[in-house]
Amino acid sequence: MAHTEPRFHVPAPHVRPGDTPDFSHIAIPPAGEAKRPATDVAGMETRDLALGLVRVLDHNHQAVGEWDPKLDPDVLREGLRHMVLTRVYDDRMLKLQRQGKMSFYMKSTGEEAVAVAGAMAMQKSDMVFPSYRQQGILFARGRDIVDMMCHCISNSRDNLKGRQLPVHYTWAEGNFFSISGNLATQLPQAVGYAMACEYRGDGEIAATWIGDGSTAEGDFHGALVLASTYRAPVIVNVVNNQWAISTFQGIAAGDAPTFAYKGMGYGLASLRIDGNDFLAVYAATKWAAERARAGHGATVIEHFTYRADAHSTSDDPSGYRPKGENEIWPLGDPVERLKQHLIGLGEWDEERHAALEKELNEMVIASYKEAESHGTLHDGPLSPVESIFEDVYAEPDWRLRRQRQDLGV
Amino acid sequence: MPNRTGACVASVRIWEFKIMAKMNMIQALNSALDNMMERDPDVISFGEDAGYFGGVFRVTANLQSKYGLDRSFDAPINEAAIMGMAIGMAAKGLKPVAEIQFSDYIFPGLDQIVSEMSRLRYRSAGQFTAPVVVRAPCGGGIRGGQTHSMSPEAFFTQVPGVQVVMPSNPYDAKGLLIAAIESPDPVIFFEPKRLYNGPFEGHSGGALSSWGKHPKGEVPEEHYSLPIGKAEVVREGSAVTIIAYGTLVLVAQAAAEKAGIDAEVIDLKTLVPYDLETIARSVNKTGRCIVAQEAPRTSGFAAELAAQVQEECFYALEAPIQRVTGWDTPYPHAHEWAYFPGPDRFINAMNAVLEA
Repeated sequence: MAHTEPRFHVPAPHVRPGDTPDFSHIAIPPAGEAKRPATDVAGMETRDLALGLVRVLDHNHQAVGEWDPKLDPDVLREGLRHMVLTRVYDDRMLKLQRQGKMSFYMKSTGEEAVAVAGAMAMQKSDMVFPSYRQQGILFARGRDIVDMMCHCISNSRDNLKGRQLPVHYTWAEGNFFSISGNLATQLPQAVGYAMACEYRGDGEIAATWIGDGSTAEGDFHGALVLASTYRAPVIVNVVNNQWAISTFQGIAAGDAPTFAYKGMGYGLASLRIDGNDFLAVYAATKWAAERARAGHGATVIEHFTYRADAHSTSDDPSGYRPKGENEIWPLGDPVERLKQHLIGLGEWDEERHAALEKELNEMVIASYKEAESHGTLHDGPLSPVESIFEDVYAEPDWRLRRQRQDLGV
Repeated sequence: MPNRTGACVASVRIWEFKIMAKMNMIQALNSALDNMMERDPDVISFGEDAGYFGGVFRVTANLQSKYGLDRSFDAPINEAAIMGMAIGMAAKGLKPVAEIQFSDYIFPGLDQIVSEMSRLRYRSAGQFTAPVVVRAPCGGGIRGGQTHSMSPEAFFTQVPGVQVVMPSNPYDAKGLLIAAIESPDPVIFFEPKRLYNGPFEGHSGGALSSWGKHPKGEVPEEHYSLPIGKAEVVREGSAVTIIAYGTLVLVAQAAAEKAGIDAEVIDLKTLVPYDLETIARSVNKTGRCIVAQEAPRTSGFAAELAAQVQEECFYALEAPIQRVTGWDTPYPHAHEWAYFPGPDRFINAMNAVLEA
């Protein structure tokens, strides 16, 4: 007989499909309230920031408080452009996936500020170790869109020779590390890379991104031990978008009050910030980057956000969460908020925004046409078949040479 | 020194130009690290207890005092983190040599090795590489019980992108560790810990002998390397070929001596990529083959060797290939010598292939 009451505690979201979306249980402190400590503050002194929520843009879309990075309107417009491009690109790629043009796709809708503002607040020479939902970094760093698409459709110009699932980008030239797909493995790697930066003394740092669900992996905890022990110049971004495929964040969080608070156990500076607030993400990343570059060690940043769309094209969220949650997310939409902030400053308007969307949409469509001219996964041309035996080792050994002959290529 | 192999050429040169010293395997490995850290500031060494203390087996002894804290340091007890850290460092251009205290402890780091280190070159199409050396003491015969005796090499031979090496003596250990550090590919470097302090012929009750009396305990103090992927015929014979690596190379030689059988013994040294040419030449000559490993029998590396030998040498074979292996059990503590594939099991196998 089924038990109505579980015999041990299993956390569950308080609403499920069919229920009315409701985030009233989430406490949202006022924007501008959080203190901004000096970047050399002892990690444990950030406890209030790990439990609070750094917000810069208030409900009137005005920048307030100590964390306001006071960015030039040109920088804000650049950030808006990268975020809009990320969204336009994602929407177009989803359509193309639905048309059978690629095997798989993952959007970052609602999380554009996390990647774009984070990338813009770092130096382009800093290595990033992303997870699979930070394509915004690539736009912020100026990667060629045709190249990105060629990777996603695994054609002859795919810089990964058709070896990776779509969206698992690598771009060494842009200091964008190889995305694994296995979760959390990039964390200790980012710390090791950051230690090597210190060893080289080149002033570079590293940053990495992980989802709320993946913080349960041992690699997250191992990385924080390393980052703390060796005081590595690394930024550990936890993107808490509330959902790990169908699993709500409480399964990974347990009774921890926030994901940022987990950093406290390792003595690391830890900030919980509004991930849908471009200015908050920018300011927090800038703070952490300065701290790292000055030799004061790592920072854990929890980006409190909401995955507004499905996990991937293989996922249907209607099976586990109410429809319409994204529309009532209490921290709004990152693109809309930055747009309104710029409009409030008198530095933007609806017409320019519509023109920007049109321009980027046309560019993305044109880029896809060009990408397709280099082949598609279904119709080719692909990278040469013999390339499957390349890059396993620096030089193929006798086994690979023989096996290539066996395949007849 | 044997005088028909590649090693011989090196040794002749060494006798002329290099200072030889008597070293056990620990000293030889330490000397390799010392040489490489001296030559290349990108070489760094770390692991659990591997810094100040110099490792539980002393392989990294004195490296911290000589090269500094940031080049030889203690790591937290988290093999996944150690492997991940090494990958990140290698991606930046360093040459990390990471010690796994016992190869039995490598499994928490397996994901980082299997899914990350081994494939980084491939999945990034050469944009990033992770030429890490993972040093891991392996094998039994030291009363280590089931958590300090494993030979997990076969797991890693299933992983495209890593090389797998296991030396059987101080001279090879140093030359191969230097080659591993200089390799552009990641290398899983297994050190048979039963051989650390002296050669071992498989007699549990016998007196310990010393590498000082063994020709391969003569090791140049200076830098040299041996090629990864090259095996060596360490005992010439015409009746049967025994392919072994690590501790069992010495056991196989001793068994052949004891039984008075004209066995040819191949020290494989490298498992991936293994030296098929040397194997095939020998088996085509002898027509009989035994493959040996200390690890459990099922799906061990010996199975791969047996399969490859029958593909290559089927028409030269006059008897079924025999395997000498550990049992399909965990490594026992009290009965470790009932598990260990000692000389008698080799002699039985030799008799079986010779009678067939």
